[in-house]
Amino acid sequence: MLRRLMGVMAVLTAGLAAAVVLALSMGTVRVGWLQSMAILGAKILPLPVFWTEAQETIVLTLRLPRVLLAAIVGSALSLAGAGFQAISRNPLADPGILGVSSGAAFGVVMGVFTGLGTGAGILLLPLCGAAGALVAAVAVYGIASIDGRLPIQTLLLAGVVVSLFFASAIMVASALIRAEELRGVVFYLIGQLRLADYPTLGVVVGCLLVGTGLIYLQALPLNLLAAGEEAAAQLGAEPERVKRIIFVACSLVTGAAVSVSGSVAFVGLMVPHAVRLCLGPDNRLVIPASLLAGAMFLVLTDTLARTVAAPVEIPVGAVTSFLGAPFFAYLLRTRYRGVYP
Amino acid sequence: MKAIEVTDLAFRYRNGRVLDGISFVVEAGEVLGVIGPNSAGKTTLLRLLSRVLVPETGKVTLFGRNLDALTKREVARTVAVVPQEFQVAFPFTVEQVVAMGRYPHARGIGFETGEDRRAAEQALEETGTRHLAGKYLDQLSGGEKQRVVIARALAQEPRILLLDEPMAHLDFSHQMEILRLLRRLKAERGLTIILVSHDLNAAAGCSDRLLLLKGGTVLTAGRPGEVMRAEILESAYGCPIWIGTDPQTGMIRILPRP
Repeated sequence: MLRRLMGVMAVLTAGLAAAVVLALSMGTVRVGWLQSMAILGAKILPLPVFWTEAQETIVLTLRLPRVLLAAIVGSALSLAGAGFQAISRNPLADPGILGVSSGAAFGVVMGVFTGLGTGAGILLLPLCGAAGALVAAVAVYGIASIDGRLPIQTLLLAGVVVSLFFASAIMVASALIRAEELRGVVFYLIGQLRLADYPTLGVVVGCLLVGTGLIYLQALPLNLLAAGEEAAAQLGAEPERVKRIIFVACSLVTGAAVSVSGSVAFVGLMVPHAVRLCLGPDNRLVIPASLLAGAMFLVLTDTLARTVAAPVEIPVGAVTSFLGAPFFAYLLRTRYRGVYP
Repeated sequence: MKAIEVTDLAFRYRNGRVLDGISFVVEAGEVLGVIGPNSAGKTTLLRLLSRVLVPETGKVTLFGRNLDALTKREVARTVAVVPQEFQVAFPFTVEQVVAMGRYPHARGIGFETGEDRRAAEQALEETGTRHLAGKYLDQLSGGEKQRVVIARALAQEPRILLLDEPMAHLDFSHQMEILRLLRRLKAERGLTIILVSHDLNAAAGCSDRLLLLKGGTVLTAGRPGEVMRAEILESAYGCPIWIGTDPQTGMIRILPRP
């Protein structure tokens, strides 16, 4: 099991590295993939210079922060998706579908609205997002649960309701706030990766690390929950405690991600699903693999988003939705009854 | 040695259904059959014994240790439950489902140890499900699935096995297969077994003693011959009942009369 985990992580890390190099090389200014690798490598190794200064500036100051942001947001959303799917026992759960992303976006908007997001307070915005996400997650759970179970019908409906509620709240808030204080309502509702400053990214990474730790420690109890809460309790697990931890941790990482990217839809649905198809449903593998695969996925999608119609940039959330919505429809028609391949 | 001692147990659900004044003892290595009409409290009793529910009053001791004083994992290392319904929400294989039974013994993040693999392997072996190891639960027949769920319980290496209607939905030959398996587990593992069943013939045939519940209280307890009497069963189930003896095996046979 441990050896399999190591193997999977090695393959995915290599894949992520390849995706990053590809993303750094692509764009209006061509940079060869060897050049991209060397520009990064030259930071730690003495390498002969075979690139122009302009290329170095573009790779290091324009593309790299954006690629890092994509990787962080992709990991966070996929991790949250894997966590929500495990506790809801439902392969169609994801922070966007559950309305948790909208809640997070609203939290961030409120942070800006109350003036928290000015000066050094901008570092608190990820936590505002997490608070909004938690409120939305608890609301969805409260609306959807019947005798402690989360049936697919009520879960999806509750997600729609909560999502619409917070989306309209964001529109109201952005109508009231002066435009320059907000990055634009599209940013929050569709999701777009913009250059974030390193301190903010640091806070987001911190949230992601804490969330990953909290969720991974519950990987085994999450497996047991697949057979229902009573069966898990009979094996000595504590379903209520596990659910609370996962709710808080998933809200934390969703909120942090949304604070820098808006709500990028369907990543949390597609990535863990693809991972389970390849590796099976064991959360001890699914959780760390979703983290890396999610990073890889969003790095590639964002590269597509900024290059496909260059020099015009498409919001990355639009690209993930174009891919995700048909995928969701496909799952609903084929896999919803049986979650078995 | 007393495996289970229940003293004056009481529990009340929010919707008003109750269990009240339940007392009984199960000796180690014994099979106790729990019978009674619908909503007599049989499943609730199993939930109280496995600590999924906490009683209002009364006491349960397992091998002399108070159930209150044990951690959840300690309880799960002593008591394993085979529930009435078992479904998994994701495509876990039989092998993975059985390995879940090792959770009460797991440490840290819970990567399987050699000991875990051995216990799971033995559980698959004993229930004759080793050849199913790579299959998904929904690919199995009713009888196969029930044996896999029993294997999961055995992987816990419990001293007490609680089964809730393990023969429901099974045909005759698979019912007999489960009963033979239970007898073997009793003999080979020395397991103490509580078997909740609506099938009075099966309960009478494989239990050392019977506990007849009705409306949340104990109506009668004793050896099968003492409990399986027409007047007792008629008062429990409220319908005329015929009791006879199988001329070939000498076993008690019970039939409702129209």
